[in-house]
Amino acid sequence: MLPAAYLFVVVAGDLSDALSDALTSSTAAILARTLALAAAVTVTAVAIALPIGWLTVRTDLPGRRLWAVLCTLPLVIPSYVGAYLFVAALGPNGMLQDTLGVEQLPSIYGFPGAWLVLSLFTYPLVLLPLRGALRRIDPQLEDAARAMGRGPLAVFRSVVLPQLWPVLAAGGLLVALYVVSDFGAVSLLRFDSFTREIYVAYRSSFDRTAAASLGAVLVIVMLGLLFLSSRLRSAKVIHRLGPGTLRPAPPYRLGRWRWPAVAFCAAIALVAFVLPVAVLLYWASEGISSGATPLSRAAALGGNSLLVSAGAAALGAVCALTIAALSVRHPGRLSGLLERASHAGYALPGILVALALVFFATRLVPSLYQTTALLVFGLTIHYLPLGIGPIAAALLQVSPRVEEAARGLGRSRAEVFRTVTVPLTRGGLLAGAALIFLHAMKELPATLILAPLGFETLATDIWTQTNFGFYEASAIPALLLLAVAAVPVYLLSERGAARP
Amino acid sequence: MNQNRRSTQRPILAAAIAAALLGGGCGFDTGTSGGGPDEPETEGITLYSGRIPAAIGGAVDSYEADADRDVQVRYADTADLAATLIEEGDASPADAFFAQEPGAIAAVADAGALARLPGDVLARVPARYRDPEGRWVGVTGRARILAYNRDAVQRSELPRSPFGLVAPRWRDRVGWSPASSSMQEYVTALRARYGDERTREWLEAMVANGAVDYPNNVTIRDAIASGEIDVGLINHYYVAQAVAEEGDDYPVGVYFPPGGLGSLLLLTSVGVLESSDRKPEAFDFVRSLLSPPSQEFFTFSSKEYPLARGVAPDPSLTVPLAEVPSVEGELVDLDELQATIELMQEAGAL
Repeated sequence: MLPAAYLFVVVAGDLSDALSDALTSSTAAILARTLALAAAVTVTAVAIALPIGWLTVRTDLPGRRLWAVLCTLPLVIPSYVGAYLFVAALGPNGMLQDTLGVEQLPSIYGFPGAWLVLSLFTYPLVLLPLRGALRRIDPQLEDAARAMGRGPLAVFRSVVLPQLWPVLAAGGLLVALYVVSDFGAVSLLRFDSFTREIYVAYRSSFDRTAAASLGAVLVIVMLGLLFLSSRLRSAKVIHRLGPGTLRPAPPYRLGRWRWPAVAFCAAIALVAFVLPVAVLLYWASEGISSGATPLSRAAALGGNSLLVSAGAAALGAVCALTIAALSVRHPGRLSGLLERASHAGYALPGILVALALVFFATRLVPSLYQTTALLVFGLTIHYLPLGIGPIAAALLQVSPRVEEAARGLGRSRAEVFRTVTVPLTRGGLLAGAALIFLHAMKELPATLILAPLGFETLATDIWTQTNFGFYEASAIPALLLLAVAAVPVYLLSERGAARP
Repeated sequence: MNQNRRSTQRPILAAAIAAALLGGGCGFDTGTSGGGPDEPETEGITLYSGRIPAAIGGAVDSYEADADRDVQVRYADTADLAATLIEEGDASPADAFFAQEPGAIAAVADAGALARLPGDVLARVPARYRDPEGRWVGVTGRARILAYNRDAVQRSELPRSPFGLVAPRWRDRVGWSPASSSMQEYVTALRARYGDERTREWLEAMVANGAVDYPNNVTIRDAIASGEIDVGLINHYYVAQAVAEEGDDYPVGVYFPPGGLGSLLLLTSVGVLESSDRKPEAFDFVRSLLSPPSQEFFTFSSKEYPLARGVAPDPSLTVPLAEVPSVEGELVDLDELQATIELMQEAGAL
């Protein structure tokens, strides 16, 4: 809520003035274009994530754990690095054109390029929570539907898909918000987005007011998207009503679809993960002579990245669980307001979140200013909504009767929460924590501003290396970032959530 | 089984929370700064730097060695640091601010956050390269120039000033970065020299001639190198650094158009915070930045123009500093910068 409060303090009083300043006809047109991009990317991301999620959770797809991890990792590649990699690989006179030896390739600039790159780097936002939700689906319903003679596609449409709506809506919301607030990728791909307006206003005046009034527009957009998403997550009963524990679903046999399915996962992993990593490796081999990062320094950078990201993930998961539990179990004005306000941090550019914390910390808790704790807190505020969606979706799949039964057996509210609610929503909790973790790993402006003096992470090192434009030099920290992120992703999305 | 699985999860979560919350204020030593943040009472100073370690490292090291004091540096984008300093106000931990763009340090000065520098510090730099009120001083200069692909363009074909880039022969061949502050500063200087009307006509003609929009200097330089475009409006030292990295056959050349505001000097500058309780040390640091060893570090490593009197620029800088045009007040006048943005928006460039 702090960022929202900050916006309020800054634009206080003359919100309508600020909005009319912010919404000139040209910015309105840019906003419309940005929303169109957000819609296109969201649909594409869901279209990529849904088959991968289903294939890697519910079928006998060969190597499904590997595909699951590979297809999640693109989330760690900072979007400006990703866009730069794509320009280097697919742009005019890029690597692909050199390899093919052709005169010209279709342009990757503008809407198509932004659409492609953002879709490829955001679909894991849907994939991670989706996989959690797919695991919690009760196979009995599908069995029943099949027993009544429905074919596999009809079963998927009428039984599986409706149970996935909440998680798809939550993930889609995150994708849309990501696109609306992204700056790095769209500016490299020459798509004139709304965030660029914010940056231009902020950079020309060094004044938070202009940026904040444009930020207020983003918050309003976010409220609209949130409303759409909550309509999709409406109060349908999707948890099991029957007694007993969840029976693990037997994997679907893919039969002759096996290899086409593998080809699909491999194609996505290739473009979104293998291709960027290959370019990074190539650069690393080129740049290794000109001052490679010493191992001890790399280890310390990785340690710092892990420390703050894990802290933000853990704190974020706890806060998100609390907010999600309130809004799912006790829907009402207050809990709804809390959930919506917490999304403000994600809709705003990281620098505004950082400035909000500078504003409050220097005035209210100067002793915490520029400590690791404040940095973790800032990252948590920024990425909290990433946790709320998956956790709320998981809670919807848990019957409140199980909790009531435990209460009836004499457990206290806190005990029920700890021994029943938390374990049953573990999949969503882990997916939410993983999302916060992966984002916190690559966050830049907030880390640069809020970290203790001299505290460096892999992301700040990438920034330092790319500042003069030698993206090649950033290859090693970028690869390390991927390596450091891969372990928790594996633990969280695979081992932690694996079936017994 | 179930129980077992759960118990493996908890320690991870618990350890993470504990590590993050108990670890407040500490972290892993990445070995770049002399003293860790755990030593609050150092004799050193805190610098907010909008310039990256590679650009200022040698100068900071030589101050640390000579003065036997630590400099703790917060590196971030110049505009972000300016906004942070303004937000921090009197509570700022910073003693000095090193800005990459003139507008940023002007914003901090306008907020009343910068102290007046001692006369001997100011006297090291010619008056045109410092704040008339003495709150900041220029450290190095960077020139706006025309960069071109040496394989695609003969030097003799290049126009006498950027006004020539609107000719039909340059259609779709020119890159610029209207959203970057250095381009906006250049346009501000054009307005000061030629007036709004002529500047607007030029901007509109550039747009009509298919000028290609890039986010920053670096992407323009790389696009020229790859042959995507043939010429671009950027800062000179981005090319110099690429030549230093890639060797003399790097395909991008630097051209100082001789006519009018063909090129333009932009300053990096430093100021001392009014809220600092280590002002004498911070003034010393500024003195050190303007001393010959530091000024030579700047010009040899990043090929920028040294601004202190009596320091010769790197031999690769064939155009003498005195011949690079500069404008004085307008680039640090935030209202002027704001008016530039509006003009660029009206002209369809932004």
